[in-house]
Amino acid sequence: MTVAIDTSRRRFLAGSAAAAGGLTLGFHIPFGAGREAAAQGATPEVNAWVVVKPDDSVVVRVARIDMGQGTVTGLVQLVAEELECDWAKVGYEYPTPGQNLARNRVWGNFQTAGSQGIRQSQEYVRKGGAAARMMLVQAAAQQWNVPASECTAAKGVITHAASGRSTTYGKVADAAARLEAPKDVPLKDPKSWTIAGKSMQRLDTADKVDGRKVFGIDLKMPGMLNAAIRACPVLLGGKLKSFDAASVAGKAGVRKVVAVGDGAVAVVAETWWQAKTALDALKIEWDLGPNAKASSDDTAAMLRAGLDAREAFEGNKAGDADAAIAAAAKRIEAVYSVPHQHHVTMEPMNATARWSAALDRVEVWCPTQNGESALATAAAASGLPPAQCEVYRIDLGGGFGRRATSHDYVRQAVILAKEFPGTPIKLVWSREEDMLHGWYHPVTMCKLTGGLDAQGNLTALKMRISGQSILATVNPNGLQNGRDPVVFQGLNPSGAEGRFGYSIPNLMIDHAMRNPPVPAGFWRGVNNNQNAIYLECFMDELAHAAGQDPLEFRRKMLGNSPKHLGVLNAVAERAGWGKPAPAGVFRGLAQHMGYGSYVAACAEVSITQRGGVKVHRIVAATDCGHVVNPQQVAAQIEGSFVYGLSAALMQEITIKDGKVEQENFDSYPCMLLEDMPVVESILMPSGDFWGGVGEPTIFVAAPAVLNAIFAATGKRIRDLPLSKHDLRKA
Amino acid sequence: MARLTINGKTHDVNVDPDTPLLWVIREQVGLTGTKYGCGVAQCGACTVHLDGEPIRSCSLPVSAVGPDQKITTIEGLSPDGSHPLQKAWVALDVPQCGYCQTGQLMTAAALLARTPKPTDEQIAEAMINICRCGTYNRIKAGIKQAAGIAG
Repeated sequence: MTVAIDTSRRRFLAGSAAAAGGLTLGFHIPFGAGREAAAQGATPEVNAWVVVKPDDSVVVRVARIDMGQGTVTGLVQLVAEELECDWAKVGYEYPTPGQNLARNRVWGNFQTAGSQGIRQSQEYVRKGGAAARMMLVQAAAQQWNVPASECTAAKGVITHAASGRSTTYGKVADAAARLEAPKDVPLKDPKSWTIAGKSMQRLDTADKVDGRKVFGIDLKMPGMLNAAIRACPVLLGGKLKSFDAASVAGKAGVRKVVAVGDGAVAVVAETWWQAKTALDALKIEWDLGPNAKASSDDTAAMLRAGLDAREAFEGNKAGDADAAIAAAAKRIEAVYSVPHQHHVTMEPMNATARWSAALDRVEVWCPTQNGESALATAAAASGLPPAQCEVYRIDLGGGFGRRATSHDYVRQAVILAKEFPGTPIKLVWSREEDMLHGWYHPVTMCKLTGGLDAQGNLTALKMRISGQSILATVNPNGLQNGRDPVVFQGLNPSGAEGRFGYSIPNLMIDHAMRNPPVPAGFWRGVNNNQNAIYLECFMDELAHAAGQDPLEFRRKMLGNSPKHLGVLNAVAERAGWGKPAPAGVFRGLAQHMGYGSYVAACAEVSITQRGGVKVHRIVAATDCGHVVNPQQVAAQIEGSFVYGLSAALMQEITIKDGKVEQENFDSYPCMLLEDMPVVESILMPSGDFWGGVGEPTIFVAAPAVLNAIFAATGKRIRDLPLSKHDLRKA
Repeated sequence: MARLTINGKTHDVNVDPDTPLLWVIREQVGLTGTKYGCGVAQCGACTVHLDGEPIRSCSLPVSAVGPDQKITTIEGLSPDGSHPLQKAWVALDVPQCGYCQTGQLMTAAALLARTPKPTDEQIAEAMINICRCGTYNRIKAGIKQAAGIAG
């Protein structure tokens, strides 16, 4: 879609049709298939990343997408920084996955997950901006017959000081577009940044405060029909046996009842509410399949058995942990567990698809964290080659990993569209369907065993994770001889992504894979979440067993991990660790490394009269190497705490008879404004690497709070969520 | 057939009387700023004003709304995005994904209409809409800025 600019209000409208009250089939595709648009006289691109219009406005192309995390604004800042354009005249647009395919993936990876939107594209997008600037300057220099090296560019104006001449990017963009791209493209020293690194306001806020922002669920197209769907409530293995279309025939607006694959049925009607109410009335028979009796109790028993199983995949090993524990002066053991959790994006799953029979072509409009994956799904569902499919990406009403790898909603919409050639079909899941058919945060347990010597030094640590593998569900090809490397996030012996920070002479971290019949998925923070809870809560247990301060106990083992130590020290100092807390308030610490960033938190809590916890304040430090937009990083830190603490404090998905028991927010509560602590963010980028920010701080929120709860009550909460426990003193 | 007054305009809509007001606003009237989040009055994404009071339109049948009752949706909160809350939301970059924010704004606007200078407790009591992105602290700051309360 294209993005027009109204600089008077800094509004960025998604397509001209949006201004007229809703996106329509007239979705303006900004540059046709590849470079054709240039040949047709539309504004040419300077390069794949930059379009400069005659009025000097700049459109930056963004391959990643925004689901609230601010990545788009950050990426535009990076391009604009190198481009030396006027920030007040910058907008952006999303190239489509089909265009990326047609242009040999000129925009690279579209995936917006794993906190990688900025860190894994920053170099090539900055080079895109820098190369465009060099071409614009070159074009001006050629017009003036002077060396480009004598010209400077700032805020979209090119100046040749020696002759006193100047021009603007808009005036030379046509000529620049015809030049060869430079081969050597040096980048600025981040120390000299003036746009990147600054707390620029987001480019996409204005539409979100007056109802004009169009999400996938809001799409309107001429002749469009709406669909509601129900899949077999048993998560895996259930099938659609039969349905009685006659039971809803003649209901207002109903056009057709359609079997979708072998496990779901949908009603297509004029409006979604008609489709939904007809679906509720539809008589459906399911073949519940082999998992019709599956339960969370079965899963728990299976995971418990895994805690002591002989066979396990190794994750991190040093010395001989068993022997060292046997020889330890003191031996500590604890078992923790973290349940299945749901993403609950505020916008339920949805996709709109149109099948053009005459052209043998499928188009899909949808919220997605990975347009290329959505395109592949559309191709597979339609049976058409990807080149005959297209996906138009729409900003997401929340992603959190749900819309990154699993485009079940796209597959369903394409199947439905095939039943109505030429007619756009908008499929929207009810909240209940969304809850019942997620890709859940994996369920795991962990047995930790520590050995302390007579001086209270940790000589050995064993960490046996038993439970579910995400890759086994979403990408079995990614398993390495059956081992899921993602299980060990933040616990790895080395690497820039998430290294275990502590030096412990005897260490064994391993995984007994146990997969219940529940689809697992990537959920903001992924396996770092429970790994940090397990490790950091147990470190707190060990410190107390050793009679040592939890900060000092950790510090002794972080001597070889200065960045892990740096963030831990920063939160301890800011929070006043070691100094008295306000009356009735208690503190807890945690640190972790994941998605390339080092994070730590100090939480302050008190216990309520009802036996719950009140989180008053969290001091959080992040070393993410480089900060592109400080106020947006702060927003991510606060948001990550809401997401992580909602899960740790009150959320649990349970399975009974093969089906998820929680169908809506009444049984799956979320933190509200009144639950929100004061958050103090310390951004301490140390500069020689690029880490993520959308997820990392989530890791430390829960363990810091749980450790503070221990400080307040003497109770160890090892079985989450917290809402299962009463914190009042017995 | 139902007659509704939405944002000062009269709309005659031909729907089943059990249809929730939310879906009439979205599908018949075509105003999509009011969002579907849960359908059971839990999340608040569907909040509109009915005679100035914030209500969860997903759980109110259209037949329960009289033709003279004034419905205000986010599109009618101000003609040009100039409500103090809208200005504060932009100034502070309150929204992340933005999906719940129209409901948050309508809830906050009703609060300020009733209580121009709310205390922290009054803000917490009124603002019970769910935001999964976790924008709560900026929502609170936005309300205070709009109310002219030093943060």
